[in-house]
Amino acid sequence: MAETMILIPGRTTKQGVGLLESKFKKQYRDATTTVEINVEDMARLGLKDGCKVKLRSANGVTTVKCTGRKTEDLPPGVLFIAYGPPTSKLMGTDTGASGMPLSKHLEVELESVN
Amino acid sequence: MGSTLRIVNGRVYDPANDVDGKTRDICIKDGKIVKSVPPKTKCIDAKGMVVMPGGVDIHCHIAGAKANIARKLQPDDHRRDVHPRLDLKKVNTRSGTGGTVPSTFTTGYRYATMGYTTAMEAAVPPLLARHTLDEFEDTPVIDKGFYILMGNNVLLYQMLQEGRHEEIRNAVAWWLNATKSYTTKLVNPGGDEPWKGHRNATITQLNDKIDGYEQLTPRKIITSMVNTVEDLGLPHPVHIHCNNLGHSGNYKTTLETMKATGGRRIHITHIQFHSYGGKPNENPTSKAPQIAEYINNNSNITADVGQVMFGRSTSMTADAPLAWMLTRYSNDRRWVNADTECESGCGIIPFAYQEQVYTHALQWAIGLELFLLSKDPWRMVLSTDHPNGGTFTSYPRLIRTLMDREFRKQQMDSVNQKAVAKIKRGHHMEREYTLQEIAIVTRAGPARILGLKNKGHLGPGADADITIYDEHEDKELMFSAPRYVLKSGHLIIDNHEFRNNHEGKILHVAPGYDEGIKDVIRPFVEDFYTIKFDNYAVSDHYIPRHEVVPTAKQ
Amino acid sequence: MGAATKAKSEANIKTVENATCTFCGCLCDDMVLTVDMDAKKITKAKNACVLGKALFLSHEEEDRPFALIDGKPATLKEGVEEAAQILANARFPMFYGMSDTTCEAQRQNVALVDMVGGTIDSTTSVCHGPTGMALQGVGESTATLGEIKNRADLVIYWGGNPAESLPRHFARYAVTAKGMYTPNRKKDRTIVNVDVRRTKSVPVADIFIQVKIGADFELLWALRALVKGRHVDPNIEKRTGVSLETMKDLVERMKNCRYGVLFFGMGLSMTRGRHFNSAAILSLASDLNEYTHFIATPMRGHGNVAGADIVVSWQTGYPFGVNFSRGYPKFNPGEFTATDMFARGDADAGLILASDPGSNFTQAAIDHMKKIPMIVLDPKLTHTAKLARVAFTTSHYGINTGGTAYRSDGVPIELRPCLDSKYPSDEEVIRAIYKRVEQLLKTRKKTKGANNKRRKAA
Ligand code: SF4
Ligand SMILES: [Zn+2]
Repeated sequence: MAETMILIPGRTTKQGVGLLESKFKKQYRDATTTVEINVEDMARLGLKDGCKVKLRSANGVTTVKCTGRKTEDLPPGVLFIAYGPPTSKLMGTDTGASGMPLSKHLEVELESVN
Repeated sequence: MGSTLRIVNGRVYDPANDVDGKTRDICIKDGKIVKSVPPKTKCIDAKGMVVMPGGVDIHCHIAGAKANIARKLQPDDHRRDVHPRLDLKKVNTRSGTGGTVPSTFTTGYRYATMGYTTAMEAAVPPLLARHTLDEFEDTPVIDKGFYILMGNNVLLYQMLQEGRHEEIRNAVAWWLNATKSYTTKLVNPGGDEPWKGHRNATITQLNDKIDGYEQLTPRKIITSMVNTVEDLGLPHPVHIHCNNLGHSGNYKTTLETMKATGGRRIHITHIQFHSYGGKPNENPTSKAPQIAEYINNNSNITADVGQVMFGRSTSMTADAPLAWMLTRYSNDRRWVNADTECESGCGIIPFAYQEQVYTHALQWAIGLELFLLSKDPWRMVLSTDHPNGGTFTSYPRLIRTLMDREFRKQQMDSVNQKAVAKIKRGHHMEREYTLQEIAIVTRAGPARILGLKNKGHLGPGADADITIYDEHEDKELMFSAPRYVLKSGHLIIDNHEFRNNHEGKILHVAPGYDEGIKDVIRPFVEDFYTIKFDNYAVSDHYIPRHEVVPTAKQ
Repeated sequence: MGAATKAKSEANIKTVENATCTFCGCLCDDMVLTVDMDAKKITKAKNACVLGKALFLSHEEEDRPFALIDGKPATLKEGVEEAAQILANARFPMFYGMSDTTCEAQRQNVALVDMVGGTIDSTTSVCHGPTGMALQGVGESTATLGEIKNRADLVIYWGGNPAESLPRHFARYAVTAKGMYTPNRKKDRTIVNVDVRRTKSVPVADIFIQVKIGADFELLWALRALVKGRHVDPNIEKRTGVSLETMKDLVERMKNCRYGVLFFGMGLSMTRGRHFNSAAILSLASDLNEYTHFIATPMRGHGNVAGADIVVSWQTGYPFGVNFSRGYPKFNPGEFTATDMFARGDADAGLILASDPGSNFTQAAIDHMKKIPMIVLDPKLTHTAKLARVAFTTSHYGINTGGTAYRSDGVPIELRPCLDSKYPSDEEVIRAIYKRVEQLLKTRKKTKGANNKRRKAA
């Protein structure tokens, strides 16, 4: 069953180190294809660390792995992911005449793949 | 390969060489003016035209961090005044935008198109010197230099507090070398410490103690720097923006500052902004007569006027408390403050001078009074403190205002009459500047004040920076569109058309200093700056074309 | 440069002191690099953080062709010719990138776009472009980082995670740095962190304020109201997740500090509200100057992204999103910004300098890039290089190439390269393209648009 959540992409050390090595190697790929999710949300949706989930926005779909974060760190209903090719798929192109696509406040539907 | 050229039949105004409108030939070889060239040399026929040295701007703000924030800040300033590139098949120029703070290329082209060939950027925090030099690389045609801000330098404060005068001299010399700059500039000396460190306070008296420095006052900072620069023998003395700029009653501070130097040379910049009577926080009155009289009688003082011109301007200054004060009088909500570590403050606001506003009209009139009361044009030269009082592109209009009494009267009649009533009437109001006097206040005078021996005149050895104007009744028209402009002997404007691009050079000083001073500066920079000492000094490849102007000792 | 470069000849090991790391906006200039000249490797990078170490120690000159044309190896000259033909024949070429190269290359790049009458935008537009727009509306009160180190006794991080994106920000500039009036480092400062999630930057903060996602603007506006002494409805907590008590406490701290700073990240500029968020935080700092000295300054990511803004501004008057179609610069975010130009399908050619929009732009933009002839300059193989018509391999700025980079606070730093490269610098390649395009345009008789023929079969 799909649930609507807010996705925040951002920068992480792992993604930074990964891209210095190569954008076509494992470290970067792992860093940019793992979404952080609130542990309560995870439990409710029956997800475990490493489970695959599908994220769908108005603009596209991508499949990533998930990993849990405690409620005090990441509130329920909010997802975090490092920037990378998967986030491109989800971003909308409307920049509201600013040049900036809405990149940090993406409404997505999250769905377990398994 | 000697390229030569001769300008014939023109009426030459070369006040430095006592040539006042005589018809003379000017000979040019390899970018310099020479006594003679072979008879068959290519000629420019300047019959019916006026020949002058290229203009020299002693004080403007055209390049560097502050100017660039002002550009970024104001798309509205650029949109209505664009500067297209020319036809690539004729000459490869760069496009840009104008307004009160033009882009770099446009700045260079517009100075050149107006017959100005040298300009000095007047306020650069030493830490950001590279930025100014980067922009200078993209400012075509003109030669240029800049002054470094040293009136609020924390390391110098510490040295002065402890009376380490010898070290101050070496430190200032090191700084001039490290930044490739031309002289030192004091802006509201002592004012940064209360501004940054004490809840945006400022300093108002020459004898006020500076917070945190028991022994320091603006007066001490000024006298120390005047002595230092004189000891170093810099071609241009300390360039001072006095305390209390823009405040009613500030003429007293200005007089005190001039007196504080004990007969040594100083240059007081945009003195119009420092010639106000009245009480603080009340409307100003004019004290131009008192200021002009003092300068007329004291040959150690030079000044540029800082004329206010009606229309849009950008107020940008290292005097951050001043910009903050101006926000009260501006209708524009934009205000910029920018602190530079251990060296300077900065404030920027978009501004507009309006004919019907009392203070603005008075400021405009005070500038004119200073011009008209000045007995020695060599020591009271033309500036608008571009873009503070007005833009450099308004110089032709200012020249007309000085040369054309009727034109001046018309304007006087159309501005705020309460303000005009405050101006002293008298014979001087009838004065009309002559072409020779204009040549002095726009080129020969600034060049002499700057100690630029190869600029501002047309004698042998001078740089072949030459402007040729069509004689015209309307002096604004005449001075805004010269028929020919030569820069270092290259014909840039040919029959009113921009024909050749040219890269100007950087003018800077390189006074000697004791290498040991680096061991004093180094630990301070490592502790209280955020770049390494070894990364502070600007390397030579930032100045691919440059000229070291010698000090009196070199 | 010589003084700092000591050569130890025996093992052909060189030490380069005071080198600058260009990976992030901290632009640390205190690197001590040990370089094995034979292996062409940097073996030690003293003072570097984990990202800086990764940058230097993983540096390796990959053995790639000088250029690829349609994925096939080509010489530099062939690459330049192809690139020049594309640009000379384009009607509406889009230039993008510039945050990871020198100012010298950026300057040349703007010269090229000016000549071909194209459009130029930097990564600023997808980073703090909205903050640039906010500046144009309300101004800013800012400072170089050293002034903050020396004086700031209240430091507020808002919507940014420097612990991961600017790892030495705390130690060099704002938290544990020792300054003139902050001799006891963190003890002399109060650190506040405002964010929607508990990032790795939160542990250093004395106060953490967790704002509800999407409510930054409301929180900033409420703080402005409180600073100005206006009434704020306690219900604000429902909207922002922050109690009125917490807000009032923060406002008192802000008004009563000696020198306060708001560092803000893309958590404001990239999210709902964009330039309004940035304008709100800039205004909050400006308002506070009625009471004390207060600064607000964006935290910028890439090494020389500030340089891109600065160069484009001095050359055109505008910071990003500039079009030259009419022979002079025009500025219009949303029209001339890269995401829009590509996603709308306006651009008929592209030049990407030192950036990888192919990996981080929206899918619609990437799809369009695949359809048009693209030129890419990058030391590494990137997603964008893979979809390009011409891809140049260039040397790495800061490691192989000297030049200038501007720190996020506008302090210019001269880079100290430590290793030669067989590849040309970005600047050299752009210059070569420029020269060739100039020749083509000067002798051209026909009008533009020939790229229609050059389009890949879509
Ligand atoms: S903080 Fe940034 S600039 Fe400094 S070493 Fe780390 S990655 Fe490099
Ligand atoms: Zn000035």
